[in-house]
Amino acid sequence: MMKHSGFWLQLGLTLLVSAFIAVPMAYSVLAGLMRNAFFGLKSGLTLKWITQVLSLYWPTILLSVEIALLCLVVTLLIGIPAAYVLARAPGRLARLAEEALILPIAVPGLATGLALVMTYDRWGAFRQSMWFILAGHVLFTLPFMLRAVLAVMSSADLKSLEEGAASLGANFTCRFFDVVLPNCRTGILAGALTVVTLSMGEFNLTWILHTPLTKTLPVALADAYSSMRLEVGSAYTLVFFVLIVPLLLCLQRFTRPQAARKTQ
Amino acid sequence: MILPAVLVFSAFFIIPFGVLLRVGAQGAYGIAGYWLALMNPEHLESLVATLVLSTVVTVATLCLGGVCGVFLGRNRFPGHGLMVSILTLPLAFPGVVVGFMIIMLAGRQGLVSDISLALHGGRIVFAYSAWGLFLGYLYFSIPRVLLTVMASAEILDASLEEAARSLGAKPARVFLDVTLPALKPALISAGALTFATSMGAFGTAFTLATRINVLPMMIYTDFTLSTDLSSIAALSLLLGLISWVVLSLARSVAGSGVAAAG
Repeated sequence: MMKHSGFWLQLGLTLLVSAFIAVPMAYSVLAGLMRNAFFGLKSGLTLKWITQVLSLYWPTILLSVEIALLCLVVTLLIGIPAAYVLARAPGRLARLAEEALILPIAVPGLATGLALVMTYDRWGAFRQSMWFILAGHVLFTLPFMLRAVLAVMSSADLKSLEEGAASLGANFTCRFFDVVLPNCRTGILAGALTVVTLSMGEFNLTWILHTPLTKTLPVALADAYSSMRLEVGSAYTLVFFVLIVPLLLCLQRFTRPQAARKTQ
Repeated sequence: MILPAVLVFSAFFIIPFGVLLRVGAQGAYGIAGYWLALMNPEHLESLVATLVLSTVVTVATLCLGGVCGVFLGRNRFPGHGLMVSILTLPLAFPGVVVGFMIIMLAGRQGLVSDISLALHGGRIVFAYSAWGLFLGYLYFSIPRVLLTVMASAEILDASLEEAARSLGAKPARVFLDVTLPALKPALISAGALTFATSMGAFGTAFTLATRINVLPMMIYTDFTLSTDLSSIAALSLLLGLISWVVLSLARSVAGSGVAAAG
């Protein structure tokens, strides 16, 4: 088929937009590896800034990974059962509950953060611990887990599968772990990837909730941007990219085939 | 089984927003404080600026992301996957990183500045202006629009357009009467998402430290100065309400599938 001129115009625009996204990323990665960003590549490449970032900010990286994993555990434990109830329960109340549980992602993180701080300001120990940040992250990521699992649960005919298993004598525990969970694993995996990725990158909410002792990676990134030299900020961004980009690529690979299948 | 989720939701969402609602009415003027917080000229100016910025960003992203989304949804070519990957990367970037990307592009030591210096000896810097803010918002909005539109374009029936064309419709007519209506739900939900995310965006403006005082930045600055807790509560509620209303309106018009604000 001959490509009409519109094709090339659209391709050009798409390339331009891709460059707008990718070029600053590449430039920032380079600046994190350059001896002196002001003089550019001529100044030579170095790992000095990366080492400096790792030694300065190691605790924040660790805390972010820790919170992301804890967040995953909690959202799995409370999200999957909740999704199961919502998928099995018909009627208005269940839809209303679903709407409510998804609310936290419709409201800006800043507003939620301020509400949380005003509420728990007097709970000193909790307010100053990483659990306070975890609570915020769980609140913000739970809707994604819920939706991912719910989507698979409503498309798989859980009811008849379960009835089949029940008629063969399987009790509830057995049905939940051997029938329901295996049938939802794609949704659970998609939800899990989303939760970890979002928790690692969360800033708006965390910035309000954090204390000097509970700085996550994005929070410390903001500090580095405002107080450190450009190379350190860039090197730190590079570390963040190394953590987040593989997660994002997994998420893309994983959710793409479903969209592609719809076309066939 | 749903109880743990409901408990977490109540403790960390319903109760805090209840507190916010109460604090908003606890100022010197009681419930009228809500009205006064909104009518404060400085607040009003910031609200209007944020609404204008979000609207402009939404329109621009719908155009750019819409074209790219339809293009990538319909055509397959070598490098297609790579392009989609690149275009959707910023989805999980925190606002601060997006702000830094704009500094890398148009800041004092940025790419544009270096190129302009090499070309005619002067540095062009616009990261910290309204343009920088606009580009930052565009940066994090494009992936959201692209994904929604692409998914919708993939299932769009190309034979409808062919039929219209074979009946003699000009390309512009086909686009306006066939393509656009088919994409309408996707555009509405993507637009609502972009608008809501832009209204609440905080990290990008924080990093760029622009003179334009977007509402989230102003709320935050007031909060750090702890001037008037009740007006901060009132404005936060307003901000939350705007995002929520826009997203739910879009959902009732365009159906489900409206994703999250940041």
